[in-house]
Amino acid sequence: MAKCLPNTGVISWITTVDHKRIGIMYAVSAFFFLLCGGIEALLMRTQLAIPNNTLVTAGTFNSLVTMHGTTMIFLFVMPLSAAFFNFLTPLMIGAPDVAFPRMNALSYWIFLFGGLLLNFSFVVRLAPDGGWFNYANLTGKAFSPSHAIDFWVFGVQILGLASLIAAINFLVTILNMRCKGMTLLKMPIFIWTTLVTQVLLILALPVITVALVMMTFDRTFGTGFFDPAGGGQVIMWQHFFWIFGHPEVYILILPAMGIVSEILPTFSRKPLFGYTVMVYSSCAIGFLGFAVWAHHMFTTGLGPWAQALFSAATMLIAVPTGVKIFNWISTLWGGQIRFTTAMLFAMSFIAMFTFGGLSGVMHSSPPIDSQHQDTYFVVAHFHYVLYGGAVMALFGGIFYWFPKVFGYYLHEGMGKAQFWLYMLGFNLTFFPMHFLGMQGMPRRVFTYAGDQGWNLWNLVATSGSYVTALGGVMFVVNIVYTMATKKKKAPADCWDGRTLEWSLASPPPEYNFAVDPEVKNLDDWWHQKYTHDGRRLTPRYQPDVDPATKHLPHPSFWPIILAAGLEIVAIGFFFDEVGHYISVAGLVVTLLATYGWIFEEA
Amino acid sequence: MSADAHAVHHTVTGIDNRKFGMWVLIGSECFLFGALILNYLVNRDRGLVGPKATDIFNIDITTLSTFDLLMSSVAMVLALHACQHREIKKFRFWTAMVILGGIIFLGFQYFEFHHFIHAGLGLTTNVFGSSFYLLTGCHGTHVFFGVLWLTSMLVTSFIRGKEWFPSVQLEVAGLYWHFVDVVWILIFTVVYLFVYL
Ligand code: HEM
Repeated sequence: MAKCLPNTGVISWITTVDHKRIGIMYAVSAFFFLLCGGIEALLMRTQLAIPNNTLVTAGTFNSLVTMHGTTMIFLFVMPLSAAFFNFLTPLMIGAPDVAFPRMNALSYWIFLFGGLLLNFSFVVRLAPDGGWFNYANLTGKAFSPSHAIDFWVFGVQILGLASLIAAINFLVTILNMRCKGMTLLKMPIFIWTTLVTQVLLILALPVITVALVMMTFDRTFGTGFFDPAGGGQVIMWQHFFWIFGHPEVYILILPAMGIVSEILPTFSRKPLFGYTVMVYSSCAIGFLGFAVWAHHMFTTGLGPWAQALFSAATMLIAVPTGVKIFNWISTLWGGQIRFTTAMLFAMSFIAMFTFGGLSGVMHSSPPIDSQHQDTYFVVAHFHYVLYGGAVMALFGGIFYWFPKVFGYYLHEGMGKAQFWLYMLGFNLTFFPMHFLGMQGMPRRVFTYAGDQGWNLWNLVATSGSYVTALGGVMFVVNIVYTMATKKKKAPADCWDGRTLEWSLASPPPEYNFAVDPEVKNLDDWWHQKYTHDGRRLTPRYQPDVDPATKHLPHPSFWPIILAAGLEIVAIGFFFDEVGHYISVAGLVVTLLATYGWIFEEA
Repeated sequence: MSADAHAVHHTVTGIDNRKFGMWVLIGSECFLFGALILNYLVNRDRGLVGPKATDIFNIDITTLSTFDLLMSSVAMVLALHACQHREIKKFRFWTAMVILGGIIFLGFQYFEFHHFIHAGLGLTTNVFGSSFYLLTGCHGTHVFFGVLWLTSMLVTSFIRGKEWFPSVQLEVAGLYWHFVDVVWILIFTVVYLFVYL
């Protein structure tokens, strides 16, 4: 069956196992969810523009906060990072594809269905409202009797499965499929941060899986893991959530750090400063990331020992992070800087991320944190690292690799306009939140009285969010304009890059490398182009060959069917009487798809 | 199974991708069971009503089922050995023995759960019970998938005939099986033996 599937059209996208196409699908889905999360954010900011506003009710606001946070993290930053992993990993390490191409498709479809399930909650007017960390016992049956929380629990469970499958795939790909000569310390830095991210995913996800299963049991079967009435403990959820949740924030930021570390050298025409130290500090961040979860819980009464240890560990993380920041600055130092849009985004990352890091290290001190906890100061902090940090870097990556992916440059003028709108809007929105937090405005409130002295900064923040939205519109216009006019065609090595993907045509052929690459140096492509004293050499671009001569994995329907089966299992939990029949039917589909998959010719 | 065509695929580490993938999954599963065991230890003595661990555990029976599972691991080693040496009869026989060992273990677990429920410890009776069933149930599910997996391979062997020796696939399944066994040794120690400390 697989062999006669078409090469173009909708079916070809549904059945594709090509890592480049899957990467594109991840990115498109992520931007769709960004739109959802962005609209939610704007609604919230509009509600908070003036005191005693009645645009949305308190209940709706709770849902908006929850869905905005969950969407931005699990449905925007993570999948957009996954889009980069997918598209770039095999190209950067000189491999024909990932280790398990069909599993790659599977993780995409599971992710998409999980995201749709989560957002379907809006359609049935049961959007989850327990906050993005869904604290027990607010989320127990007693206080949240409807299915709203179940959407969150099953949505996140499914998304976690997708990430786990993808993580195993990328880890094996990176360690097992590098081209000849690419030792670990000759891998591009983005591949290193990808590798560390996958390790974090592999070790952190099972913990949230267990916690979510426990919550499902509490809600569906009546156990009392998080219910003090029967001896359970509310705090257990917090521990489990943050043992996953803190590594999770590094899962969000490490890929962004990798992207920035690729962009800065290219546009400074200098190698990354202290590559090896960058590698070690990424590993150190990944390792320490598992030792600091309780800094999210300083106000729960952990006791002095735990507070001291977690506080010290948290401060320790600032060291490898600081090392990275100095390395980025040193990379720029003395370089021949080209201020492209991608470069602007990457440079703003350094500034904004440092800013967010500084407010972050402030709440590593428990007495200070007890002032910050649950105020707008924290909201300001994490938006500086997540938005000013991760999202700015990801947009930099989009501008940098778009010509490689589609063969056309994005419009630089519009790109720069978007960049400045983002910078302006972002800082207008989130800088004043530091003041609001210091003045005691709590987070997750749907409105406030007019006599608190919070009016001005709230209005400023809201106007800033509209400026940001304008930047978003600019991005959409840019994409549509670029793809409609196809004006500026990109050559293979369109930015004078340093890594292997620039030796391939833009867009790269289906089979990736016609000739298996072999590398001798870090930044090998650069060394093929230039001698040490800067003379130009003629590099060997990858030739074009007839795709028929290359063995490619066959497209397959099974990944999407298997993912659908798992989704049906989850859907069963939303129906009271026929629910278990639906779940069992889903299991049967999953099982049949598994067998179909195994016996299909790969 | 179809992946045979790629069986001799060059890799950097020299380890087959599928085997490597299984090792990584096992790393992940360590944290899964780690969380479950931790949760059990926290909740073991927190049950407010219903029976306690000391009231209902039957160490003799559990020792027997532990022995059974360990023996299935031995059979697994022999099955793989036979497969690598292309001895079809032994390969099928020992694979069947592993499956049998798994099924017997699941039978023991069924009777254990049955007995506990009769003794008054249901899933929702108290947190000790909930944590116990969650942990051992999760392990049992893993055994069940292992049985399903190996049964599928055995059936495939009869379909594909006497020249089919899926050494790599069996090794991957074997890694999984041994891991599930090792986890049980941990559970046996932590859940069943620590009670007597
Ligand atoms: C224009 C862009 C954005 C605006 C205007 C915005 C606005 C907001 C607002 C108003 C809240 C609720 C604060 C509260 O009441 O406690 C919030 C929460 C949050 N935002 Fe954003 N946000 C934006 C972008 C992002 C991005 C890009 C991310 C992540 C990548 C993000 C992650 C979060 C998270 C995790 C929460 C916490 C949700 C919770 O409390 O459960 N936001 N944001």
